[in-house]
Amino acid sequence: MHATYPVVVSALLFSIGVYGVLARRNAILVLMAAELMLNAVNLNLVTFDVLWQDRLHGGQVLTLFTIVIAAAEVGLGLAIILLLFRNRQNIDIDRQDALSEGNQ
Amino acid sequence: MIVLAALAVLLPFLGAVGGLLLGPRLSPAFDFTRRRGPELFAVVPVGIMTVLTGIVAFQQWWDPGVRDRVFATVPTGTMPIEFGLSVDGLAAVVAFMVGCVALAVQVYSVSYLKDEPRYSSYAAFISLFTAAMLLVVYADDLMVLYVGWEIMGLCSYFLIGHHWEEAANSRAAVKAFLTTRVGDVGFLLGAIVLAVGAHSFQISTIMRNLEKIPHGTLVAATLLILVGVAGKSAQFPLHTWLPDAMAGPTPISALIHAATMVAAGVYVVARLYPAFVAAPVSLAVLGVMASISMVGAACAALAQRDLKRVLAYSTISQLGYMAAGLAVGAKSAAMFHLITHGAFKALLFLAAGSVIHTVGSNLLSEMGGLRQAMPVTFVTMTIGYAALAGLPPASGFFSKDSIIEAAQLTAFHGGEIIEPSINATIPGWVSWIVYLSLLGTAALTAAYVSRAWLMTFFGAGPDGAHEAPPLMSRTLVALAVPALVLGFFGLGAAELQPHFGSAGLSLIFVAAGAAVVVLAWRDDPVLDPARRLGPVRTLFERAFYVDDLYDLTVVRPVRRLASVVAGADRTVVDATVESTVPAARGLGRLVSLPQGGNPQTYLTGVLAGAVLLVLAVVALT
Repeated sequence: MHATYPVVVSALLFSIGVYGVLARRNAILVLMAAELMLNAVNLNLVTFDVLWQDRLHGGQVLTLFTIVIAAAEVGLGLAIILLLFRNRQNIDIDRQDALSEGNQ
Repeated sequence: MIVLAALAVLLPFLGAVGGLLLGPRLSPAFDFTRRRGPELFAVVPVGIMTVLTGIVAFQQWWDPGVRDRVFATVPTGTMPIEFGLSVDGLAAVVAFMVGCVALAVQVYSVSYLKDEPRYSSYAAFISLFTAAMLLVVYADDLMVLYVGWEIMGLCSYFLIGHHWEEAANSRAAVKAFLTTRVGDVGFLLGAIVLAVGAHSFQISTIMRNLEKIPHGTLVAATLLILVGVAGKSAQFPLHTWLPDAMAGPTPISALIHAATMVAAGVYVVARLYPAFVAAPVSLAVLGVMASISMVGAACAALAQRDLKRVLAYSTISQLGYMAAGLAVGAKSAAMFHLITHGAFKALLFLAAGSVIHTVGSNLLSEMGGLRQAMPVTFVTMTIGYAALAGLPPASGFFSKDSIIEAAQLTAFHGGEIIEPSINATIPGWVSWIVYLSLLGTAALTAAYVSRAWLMTFFGAGPDGAHEAPPLMSRTLVALAVPALVLGFFGLGAAELQPHFGSAGLSLIFVAAGAAVVVLAWRDDPVLDPARRLGPVRTLFERAFYVDDLYDLTVVRPVRRLASVVAGADRTVVDATVESTVPAARGLGRLVSLPQGGNPQTYLTGVLAGAVLLVLAVVALT
């Protein structure tokens, strides 16, 4: 199989993820977008592992690694979002501006 | 024995530290003695110190000789500073005198400042002052001596400004500090020049190596040291701080004028005397300086309205006597006068303190007729005045006479110093100036002494005057004894015995001076005899306008310069810094614009930056 297809798909996935992280307001959707980006990377890893016939299968190992990390990250992220909701009754990222100078 | 001397220096110092740190807190612990803690801290170390200096002096008398020891050596890279003490006859006697006067002042102060809230620090500074003076007296190293010299300047500042609530007092303290500071710079430079010339800071080594020092260096060093002496010993032209120093409590005046501070200057000249003898130019300068000081100050004392200022100017005048004695080679006579002056001037100041305590004013015009109300003060102060004027048999007569006699001999020999151990010649005209000033000052001294005596104790005075508390009057009696009989101790030395010719001549001058004032006073006992001075009176009262001259030539230009500098600081330096404020603030506002608080905006920025970087890398490679 030509390597272009999976690479293009992964680029598309990654772009959707970037768009989601930068443009979505809902924090859960932002988290999901971040997962999309991770999976785009995973797809790339698997693709090139197969393409180059890596004897040690570094790409696959690293993918598994990423999946584990991503699971942990989602756990943490959801916990943060839960706390955010408990404290502020919203998870709208636009309105979390405590880091601003305060005069805007 | 040298350990005793070191202990004598250390004890008042420890007393001062203890008094400053713990004094008020110890009060409850010492309630059983009915005295407060600070007073014990003040009197006991100074008392033991007096005993120690007495033992040292006695041993020195029993077995004369120089004893010295170096306790520690401070390496400096070139010439080490030897932290050592050295006791010879002169040091031992002067130290004992310092101890006695300091003890008298401490005891007297217990009563004089009974209700003073800051008594503890006051007494501690007296102890520190005394320790510093003893360090100057015993020191065998110019730098160690200088340490004591500087501590004294500091203590005088604190003590003169003890009642700092009044602006005039703190101004007087600052003036004393700054004026002596001018002298101290000279002293430090002189000490360094001398030490560099002799390759050692140790005084005994310097005195041994005098021949190796080039003559020019020696002259420069001694002249510079004279600047320091003029500052500390209040000689013309740096004398103006002393009359103003009267702002301090009266016992402080006694301490400064009799035992510490002013005595240090003259003592240092005596200590470094071989260096001065080897540079007769400095002796001549010292003689002229002393002559101007003694005559000028005696004239000023004649017209003062304030009893303490009369005594202050008399101190300048008497220090002039000592300096003149040193200038004509009469070192032992000058030191003898230093001792007797210490005794009778302490007595006079403490007696004046009793009078002021009773009358409630320093002004002579408000005193009078106190001889019945204050018999002890009257008798003791009369003894002090007699000693000051040089009337036999009081101590001042003997010491003053031996100085006048030495000056007479030197003047008659055209300036050649007739002293077997001293081989020096000062210019003939200088010796004549010194001699005539000494005689003239004898008459002037008698005149102002009679005036002060008559105006305090005779004529009409305030009602309700009473004798001072027993602790004060007993101190006066204790000081009156040495003031009266100390002169006879000089009879043992050949150069200190009075001779008929010069003694008679000076007595004639004394009698003439006193007679003029008594005659003027008899016309009208209520009025001030100084009124007879006519237009000159104001000139004398303002001390020849030296203060005004300094005000015009030094104080005001310095103030103007200071205001110019302060203005430049405000309008140039500060303004430059402040003008950058709006720019920095605007820039800050501009830069903080992107910080909107929305992390997505930041991420967009990061992404855009990354894309730009990638594009740049691609485009440029």
